[in-house]
Amino acid sequence: MKKLMLGNEAVARGLYEAGCSFVSSYPGTPSTEITEMVAKYEEVYAEWAPNEKVAMESAFGAAMAGKRSFCGMKHVGLNVAADPLFTISYTGVNAGMVIAVADDPGMHSSQNEQDSRHYARASKIPMFEPADSMEAIEFTKLAYEISEKFDTPVLLKMCTRVAHSQSIVETSDRVEAEKAYEKNPAKFIMMPGNAKRRHPIVEERTLALSEYAESASFNRVEEGSDKSVGIITSSTSYQYVKEVCGDKYPVLKLGMIWPLPVKLIENFAKSVDKVIVVEELDSFVEEHCRNIGIDVSGKDIFSCIDEFSQNIVADKFGKETVCGIKLDDSIPNRPPVMCAGCPHRGLFYTLAKNKITVHGDIGCYTLGAVPPLSALDSTICMGASISGLHGFNKANKGESDGKTVAVIGDSTFMHSGMTGLVNIAYNSSNSTVIILDNSITGMTGHQQNPTTGYNLKGDPASKIDLETLCRAIGINRVRVVDPYNLKECETTIKEELEAQEPSVIISRRPCALLKYVKHNKPLVVDQDKCKSCKMCMKIGCPAISMSGGKAKIDNTLCTGCGVCEQLCKFDALSAPKEV
Amino acid sequence: METKNVMIVGVGGQGSLLASKLLGRLLLTKGYDIKVSEVHGMSQRGGSVVTYVRYGDKVYSPIIDKGEADFIVSFELLEAARWTEFLKPGGKIITNTQQINPMPIITGAAEYPSDLDKKMAAAGIDLDAFDALSLAEEAGSSKAVNIVLMGRLSNYFDATVEEWMQAIEQSVPAKFLEMNKKAFDLGRNSK
Repeated sequence: MKKLMLGNEAVARGLYEAGCSFVSSYPGTPSTEITEMVAKYEEVYAEWAPNEKVAMESAFGAAMAGKRSFCGMKHVGLNVAADPLFTISYTGVNAGMVIAVADDPGMHSSQNEQDSRHYARASKIPMFEPADSMEAIEFTKLAYEISEKFDTPVLLKMCTRVAHSQSIVETSDRVEAEKAYEKNPAKFIMMPGNAKRRHPIVEERTLALSEYAESASFNRVEEGSDKSVGIITSSTSYQYVKEVCGDKYPVLKLGMIWPLPVKLIENFAKSVDKVIVVEELDSFVEEHCRNIGIDVSGKDIFSCIDEFSQNIVADKFGKETVCGIKLDDSIPNRPPVMCAGCPHRGLFYTLAKNKITVHGDIGCYTLGAVPPLSALDSTICMGASISGLHGFNKANKGESDGKTVAVIGDSTFMHSGMTGLVNIAYNSSNSTVIILDNSITGMTGHQQNPTTGYNLKGDPASKIDLETLCRAIGINRVRVVDPYNLKECETTIKEELEAQEPSVIISRRPCALLKYVKHNKPLVVDQDKCKSCKMCMKIGCPAISMSGGKAKIDNTLCTGCGVCEQLCKFDALSAPKEV
Repeated sequence: METKNVMIVGVGGQGSLLASKLLGRLLLTKGYDIKVSEVHGMSQRGGSVVTYVRYGDKVYSPIIDKGEADFIVSFELLEAARWTEFLKPGGKIITNTQQINPMPIITGAAEYPSDLDKKMAAAGIDLDAFDALSLAEEAGSSKAVNIVLMGRLSNYFDATVEEWMQAIEQSVPAKFLEMNKKAFDLGRNSK
């Protein structure tokens, strides 16, 4: 039966059909739904790991045990998991292992625009790249075949437009796949003597895969009538090329992006006057063509910045596009904002008010950077807030200790914040870390994590006690505050900044969007008492605006959190009186 | 058939994802090739969101570019004005007249442009602007704005009411079905 299916759901379907039985991932846009969707199949064990490195190593363990396994992550997650990646390339697998990595060209929800294809070449692991949901299913299943046939983990590269687009698929039944585990130290123990013997095997494997790529159906030539140009492309770039050029030019559509074929490209180049490589981000395929001595165009025409679209491709091929009507008015931007009732708001207001330098991290709370709060000084990667704070304070030799903090969410702290805190304790910097514990992984759409007490399937699970954990690490001063209570927040932050030893403040209140969180009635404005001072506007709450010179509350948004009420010196904002 | 393009635009949290899923289900029953492109993650948090629905004999690109949209269905007036360049010559904008202030307006850094519906019409845009929020509230919930807008869109679509209702049944929880059917009728029939 034909179905419309999201690219990520299609990967999950492919995993199911291929007989995958073990999944371990860490959420990250645009990869999250693969693991959420595959968890719905009873035949598949699926979990959220604390980070991508743990996920990949767990999936490797499962493959070694003889079960087809999977881990999924976003592009920057693969940086975290790069350590096991490069060595499981040497060991190879037992049952098949597939690693999905989702790039984000255009940075819809990411801190950089890295091109993960480089990892395939660097780690010498084959990489498939589907262009729509049907290919996502097919390539996922194919990846397991290749994994077992060539004894290698296989990368499956998604991108935002493939991961988050629905297109039509046809599904098949599940086929179970299992192997027995046999002890094999020469293959699985990567001490130098063994690794030296494995490396040539890896190089031979890449040559064999390259040979296989010459004639496999996932790399295909689509004929065109005009041979003045031939286009080499893959993934969404293929879709834009076909949208614009139709069957005009011959197209070499690549399904496996590493290793790349040689003869296939040579023959394709001979069949046309000129070859243009159309690929998003870096000149990966283009460089391969040059390396094998084929003169191609690519990044001399197309940018290595941002994602493509059909109009961008049309423009480069000299095809005219029309543009709709543009209004004369300038249309104000609508940037994402912290939700009404967000527990992070009160804390960020307090930090900004006291002019504290704030090392930020990855999560919803990155939105603390935007006006009017403008509370952040840095955001780099998962966990960098805590380690960055340590270096900042150590380098300042005590001068910044009393006015600098790190902020990090509960899930990010578990991911890679803990080790930074260990460093603060061990190398004793007088640093104050604030854990924003909203009891969920928020930004990626509410995933459970080791601090929430539930697992991916929604079953009760062991719950990390953050206070105990921080004390065990060696932090003696650990305090918990309610971020809705501004006075408590301010007093606690000041006291911990003044303290002459490392400290942790846990700002604890569940995300206002969680279903179990009960909201209070929307606040009301006393028009007579409101003096139009706009103090309530300083917290950047989307539920508060000024109307006719007076504060106005949007009843559909306000959760009655009461943070604005504490800011009003004239008692103009209050909870509605009980009737 | 040449590929047709419907853009659904609004503010994160308004329910545009459900509208695009509903439209996808409807078009699937009509036998078209379809692509629906969604928005997840960071941009959902109260920001400007856009989803693309494309259908025809063969659809390649999952996104809609400037000058390509046959319809722009907007959940909010400022968002309709933001995307006018994406409208194809001869295309139509269907918009809710509700206004939601973005943060630059809330903080006073910018102002909400006045009379946007009149300005769009004056610029030569084929515009169907109406108060979808009131109709949704009349149907039983402000959250039904998405279905009200789909009801309005149905006037210009080659699909029967029965086909739409079937797609609604597949897209909303059973306990909200009657409310959403009412929202669809109100959107379709109020002029």
